[in-house]
Amino acid sequence: MRAFRLILLVPATIIALLAARQAMADPLRLAVAANFTGTAQQLVAEFTQNTGITATISSGSSGQLFMQVTQGAPFDIFLSADTKRPTDLIANGLGVTTSRFTYAIGQLVLWSPATQTRPDEHELRQAAFTHLAICNPNTAPYGTAAIETLDRLGLHTMLQPRLVVAQSVSQALELAQSGNAELAFVALAQIRPLREGSYWLVPPALYTPIRQDAILLTRAENDDHARKFMAFLHGAKAASLIREAGYLTDTPAQDPAP
Amino acid sequence: MTVLSPDVTEAVVLTLELAAVTTTLLIALALPISWWLAWPRRWWKSVIGAIISLPLVLPPSVLGFYFLVAFGPSGPGGWIAHLWGARTLAFTFPGLVIGSLLYALPFAVQPIHNAFHAMGRRPLEVAATLGASPWRTFHSVVIPLAWPGIATAIVLGFAHTVGEFGIVLMIGGDIPGHTRVLSVALYDYVENARWHEANIIAAGMVVFSFITIMLLSSLQLRSRGHDS
Repeated sequence: MRAFRLILLVPATIIALLAARQAMADPLRLAVAANFTGTAQQLVAEFTQNTGITATISSGSSGQLFMQVTQGAPFDIFLSADTKRPTDLIANGLGVTTSRFTYAIGQLVLWSPATQTRPDEHELRQAAFTHLAICNPNTAPYGTAAIETLDRLGLHTMLQPRLVVAQSVSQALELAQSGNAELAFVALAQIRPLREGSYWLVPPALYTPIRQDAILLTRAENDDHARKFMAFLHGAKAASLIREAGYLTDTPAQDPAP
Repeated sequence: MTVLSPDVTEAVVLTLELAAVTTTLLIALALPISWWLAWPRRWWKSVIGAIISLPLVLPPSVLGFYFLVAFGPSGPGGWIAHLWGARTLAFTFPGLVIGSLLYALPFAVQPIHNAFHAMGRRPLEVAATLGASPWRTFHSVVIPLAWPGIATAIVLGFAHTVGEFGIVLMIGGDIPGHTRVLSVALYDYVENARWHEANIIAAGMVVFSFITIMLLSSLQLRSRGHDS
C-alpha cells in the first residue's frame, strides 16, 4: 500500500513541478538565422540592459526555423536571413503583416583559415583546393548567394564536385575552421570576431542582396515584450550595433557618441 | 509517376553499401576484441571495455565534434587520407565507415562478449584435449556455440549504421552518392518540405526497424533454446 502511494506521489510531484515551470514568466523567444546569432546576442544584451526583459535565442538555418514555426514552435519573433520565409509566414497567417521589415543586409565573404594568403576570385578560378563549404542553398540564403556567385563567375559546374554542404552557415564556418574544408562561403558578421584566417568580400554585383527580414509572429501579436523588442530593433542604436557587426542597414545608424 | 525518385534510390543504395562494409569490418574487429576481453580476466580490461562502450551513452554530437577535429588535415584522419592523396577524411565514404565503425563497435562487442562468457572455457579445453588446433577450435567450436551472439552483433551493427544520423550530419558534407545517406536525405526532404519523399523514407525506416527487432527477438529465442 505504501509503495503504491509512493508510485502515485512521484509522478504527481513531477507533473506539478512541470506545471509550475510552464507557468513561470516566459522569456521572449527569438528564432534567429544562424549568421545573425552573434549579433543577436549583443542586441539582446543591450535590450535586456535597457528594459530588464530577458530573451532566449534559438539558432538554425532560416529554412529549419521556418519549418519549426509552421509546426507550432513557441517563438515570438523570427529574424530570418531572407525575405521569403517571413512573407510565407504572413501568407500562412503565422506572421504579423505590418511588422515585417529588413533589419540587416548581409554581406557574403569567402573565408579561409590560412593567414598567409588571402582568398579571392583568382583562387576560386585556380581551384587549388579540395573542398569548399557552403550552406544548404535550399534552406540558407547565404548558400543561395554562394551558388549565385559561382554561377556568375561561371565556376559552378567546375567546382560542383568540391562543394560540401553544411546545414547552416555556422556549420559551414565550422567545417573550414576545423580544417576539413579549405574555403567556406559565410557571412562577414560571423568572421568579424575571429582573430584567425583571411577573407574576400564578395562583390555585391555577384549575388542578389541578402535582405534579412524580421517578423513578429502572430502568437505574440499582443505581447508587450515582443513589441518592445521589435521597436528596439527598428531603432538607431540597434542599427549601429548591426552595422558594426558587419551588415548594412536601411535604418541610418546612430551617430557615434562623442 | 515513379514511387522512388532517383535521389532516394541513390541514398538507399549508398546506405546499404555503407552498412554492409561497416558490418563486415565491424565483425572482423569485434571478434578478436571480444575474445581478448573475455579471457583472461584482468581489471584493466574492463576499463578498455568501458572505453569501447562509450558511444552507447555519448551524444552523437560529441563524437561528431571529435571526428571533425580528428579527420582534419592536422589530425590522424589527415594522415590516413594522405595515403590516397586526399587531405581530410571528412566528406568521404571511408570517413563515414570509420565513424560508423567506432559508433557501432559496442553494439557488436557486447553480444559477442556475452556469448563467449556464456560458453565458458570448458568447450575450449575439451577441444584442446581432443587435439584440435586453436584455429580448428575457433571455427568448429567457438563460432557455432557463440553464433546467436554473433548474429545479434551483425543485425545490431547493420541496423545502427543504417540509423546513424548525428555523426554523418556533422562530418558528411551531404554529398549525393558519397555521404548523403538515408537519414540525412530524410532530414533534407523535411527541410525542403518535400513530404512525399520524406514519407517514403520514413515509412521504409519503420518497416526496416520492425524487421530488425523481429529478427533480434527470434535470435534471442534461439539462444535461449540453446541454453536449455
